[in-house]
Amino acid sequence: MLDHILSILIFFPVLAALLGFMIHKDSIRAYGVSVAAIEFVLSLFLWFSFDSNVSGMQFMEQIPLVPSFGINYILGVDGISLFIIVLAAFFTMIGIASLTDTKNVKNMIITLLFLQMTMVGVFAALDAIVFYVFWELSLVPMLYIIGAWGGPLRVYASVKFFLYTFAGSLVMLVGMLFMAYFYYQATGQWSFAILDWYRLILPETFQLWLFAAFFIGFAIKVPMFPFHTWLPYAHGQAPTIGSVILAAILLKMGTYAFIRFSLPLFPDASTFFMFPIAIIAIIMIVYTAMVAYAQEDVKQVVAYSSVSHMGVIILGTFALNVEGITGSIFLMIAHGVVSGALFLLVGVIYDRRHTKMMSEFGGLAHIMPRYATIFGLMLMASVGMPLTINFVGEFLSLLGFYQQSHILTLLAGIAIIVGAIYMLAAYKRMFFGEVTNEKNRNLPDVNKRELMALIPLSIITVWLGIYPKPILEPINNSVESIVQLMHDKSITEEAKSRIPNLASKGIEITRTSMKEAH
Amino acid sequence: MLEPVNVSLESLNLMTLSPMLIPIIGALLIIVIDIIKGGLDKTLYVAISLLFLFIDFNAVLSSATTFAEDGTIMGVFDMMLIDGLAILAQLIIVGASMLFIPLALTHKRFHEFSYPEFFALFLFMLSGFQFMVATDSLILIFVGLETASLALYTMIAMHNRDKSFEAAVKYFTMGALAAGFYSFGSMVFYALTGSVEINQIATVLAANGYADIGYVLVGVVFMLGSLGFKVSLVPFHTWAPDVYEGASASMAGFMSIVPKIAVFIVAMRLFEFLIHSGVVWLEIVLYIVVVLTMTMANIWALVQSDVKRMLAYSSISHAGFVMAAILIGTTQSNSALFLYWVLFSFTNLGAFSMLWISRQKHLPDYQSSDHSYDKFAGMIQTAPVAAVIMGLFMLSLAGIPPFALFWGKLYIISSAVSSGYTVLALIMALNSAIAGYYYLKLIIYMFMKEPVMGNDGHVYVSNATLALKSIIGFAAVGTIFAFVLLNPLLEFITAFVYNSGY
Repeated sequence: MLDHILSILIFFPVLAALLGFMIHKDSIRAYGVSVAAIEFVLSLFLWFSFDSNVSGMQFMEQIPLVPSFGINYILGVDGISLFIIVLAAFFTMIGIASLTDTKNVKNMIITLLFLQMTMVGVFAALDAIVFYVFWELSLVPMLYIIGAWGGPLRVYASVKFFLYTFAGSLVMLVGMLFMAYFYYQATGQWSFAILDWYRLILPETFQLWLFAAFFIGFAIKVPMFPFHTWLPYAHGQAPTIGSVILAAILLKMGTYAFIRFSLPLFPDASTFFMFPIAIIAIIMIVYTAMVAYAQEDVKQVVAYSSVSHMGVIILGTFALNVEGITGSIFLMIAHGVVSGALFLLVGVIYDRRHTKMMSEFGGLAHIMPRYATIFGLMLMASVGMPLTINFVGEFLSLLGFYQQSHILTLLAGIAIIVGAIYMLAAYKRMFFGEVTNEKNRNLPDVNKRELMALIPLSIITVWLGIYPKPILEPINNSVESIVQLMHDKSITEEAKSRIPNLASKGIEITRTSMKEAH
Repeated sequence: MLEPVNVSLESLNLMTLSPMLIPIIGALLIIVIDIIKGGLDKTLYVAISLLFLFIDFNAVLSSATTFAEDGTIMGVFDMMLIDGLAILAQLIIVGASMLFIPLALTHKRFHEFSYPEFFALFLFMLSGFQFMVATDSLILIFVGLETASLALYTMIAMHNRDKSFEAAVKYFTMGALAAGFYSFGSMVFYALTGSVEINQIATVLAANGYADIGYVLVGVVFMLGSLGFKVSLVPFHTWAPDVYEGASASMAGFMSIVPKIAVFIVAMRLFEFLIHSGVVWLEIVLYIVVVLTMTMANIWALVQSDVKRMLAYSSISHAGFVMAAILIGTTQSNSALFLYWVLFSFTNLGAFSMLWISRQKHLPDYQSSDHSYDKFAGMIQTAPVAAVIMGLFMLSLAGIPPFALFWGKLYIISSAVSSGYTVLALIMALNSAIAGYYYLKLIIYMFMKEPVMGNDGHVYVSNATLALKSIIGFAAVGTIFAFVLLNPLLEFITAFVYNSGY
């Protein structure tokens, strides 16, 4: 079973979704929760069978699809992708479990199961075309979720989401085809396997162009400033479950792809673009924080704070050293947990009042103390309080970038403080003071179903904030091998000096993983 | 006294004619049956046509085996040229026709299918297309093209609606102009080189180093005009949306596939040597046409309010996409053309068949045309399976992986990348993104809007029979599982294209 666990993880939800068509709509929710729970258990099983001392790819599978054109179905996980897969399974599970009364609930659950396939597929794929297939396919269920269950502007929001990402990924596809062609020129064989591409050393000019092509695809997905405009719409209109999955998993595809593709494939271009991208990331952090401060809608506050945190992740990624990249991967998981939880919390109040305007609330702490406590905890995590999960990631990301530039890191650090301002202001407006709106007087506190989703998230938030080692260690191992690979591959002096040369340990491991691919 | 001309029957290679003669025999048989006993049901004629198509397909397959063993075969005073391109094109032509002809078995009665002549004309048309692709001679191409086109005009008019007559007459008059262009273009080439055989023309032109480049350009422009008309390249596309709208949906689906592949083969044979001649001008002319076709058709498709017209513009855009493969002109791109067209046939025929099974004879008040977007609003609630299948075809046309057309696009863009057409590759990619919008529009109507009052979902399958559903199911399965058959298909196509010297 372990040989094919990744395929099982990818295709089990689809199989379940197809069978789901025949289930009566009253029983579909229980079915959805059970399927997602089985999937989560499988993903935990993957985690426990994962050998965290190995930095290369594990559980690899390879089936030729179009051998004459070098397309193979190759899967594998390392420390970078493992935890995002677990996170995806986890969020699908609690997402379905906490699903409130929705119309056409059967369609929703089947769509979510399809979405889960694409999410696991993206993070497990080690062939560029297979990656692209899942990457694009993930747009379709999300389009349907936003477009069919969203708010009044849902059609506009869903189309904008789809077309923006679609256009970006097509440019990326051209980049992938170029990569495959360069590989063909170098070796006489077509290949889209990422591990094959890792061995290809490209001249700097090619790197710059290809980096740009991939960057457009990834930056729109992340979304980076100035391509972020689709995200607030998508979040604003999406139903709670859509926002949760979007923020927790789908956005991570972009940052994950930076680490999987851009950095190891184009180390010189990454160094070349390090400062421009860092500046964009800082603009992203500051600008969206300011925009968030001006929002009236609490969901938009969370949405913009999401963009702001993605900026920190990008900054960490482009620190190009072990601390920064490890931190950014950890922050991806942390941000997934925290922003997912925040969107769930916004969903809780929206279900009760059918409004997300902060002016409608006030003094909720008196009426819904448990809700206020969990919200407060997540908010603290979101602003990066020490001993919460976000702090570890943010700290490591900034620490990593500090080695590249002190000034920019300082700016980013200040920006994070600005982040605290708007979150605290929003919290104050919603929870403190007197109850001003009579409609709020009799709101029930969080119920059992909601707690089922929120309590595990709170536990993770605190646990990984205090003791991040179980996750940090495997991530660190894999990142070391990537950084070493980048250092070995880089050709310019600038890149050699920016990307640290690690102990020989990393090299050995990369070599073995390369052999595994063949 | 004249010398007697001694031609051995052996050297004529009459077997090269057999795939073209089979549909002609079938057509004659249908007419004979009708003379002996009239008023027979359409099912008989559908079955006879299918049987002959089946034999035809096997004949083409056997010539494919011969080609694989012995290479290109010439026959009938070197008029016939059975190379890999001819065989691949015939396989697509006959294969797509086998999917098309059962679409006549509709639930409702339609005028054209009550005439046996419809099926006879259909088979005549096929042999015309088969002649077109299996020759090197501009004259035989012309004969095949006109046989096929005249049959096609008539078949469109037989749908017996006002719009069908308009469509047929429009197609006919514009087609006549295109025929004039074609003969003028051929005349120029004949005057320049003294030959009507494309390879002879190429040899002579190369030998004198394109000395009369002005005349060559005149010839090319006229040829581009006529061939461009047939495959609906911008700016010769204006007939396409109206004709598609007037023709029945199944016929429109057919027109978007079979006639075009025949013309693509001619274009490939003719333009290949011209582009490789190193005369920059020709390349630029074709480049402009390709980019215009892709982009403009996409932009026009955005503003359509009728699904059939939208699909018409989308077909134009796809034709531009494929024309890019001819412009690139490497073995990879020519193979990509065939791959794309095979996958496109599945998807597009499926999409048009979905329109065909929802054909209404009387329009309700809220519909402005037979296939307006409103008609499909909220389809997921009333006819979920049909909506999912239609959505599938739209996603495939938009090039969402892993559905059929994505692989075609991937391979064509890859061929552009490998031969240095970087800008073209980007234009193609961005055009796919623009096209995404109008395919998405139908999906939005189907999945995200509420159904119009009084629409109980019956309308979407009102014309469906088991035969039509099977065809659609076949197309849907082909669209989803294309990636399974991709490798053998690609190897087969590449081997045939490569061995034909393209």
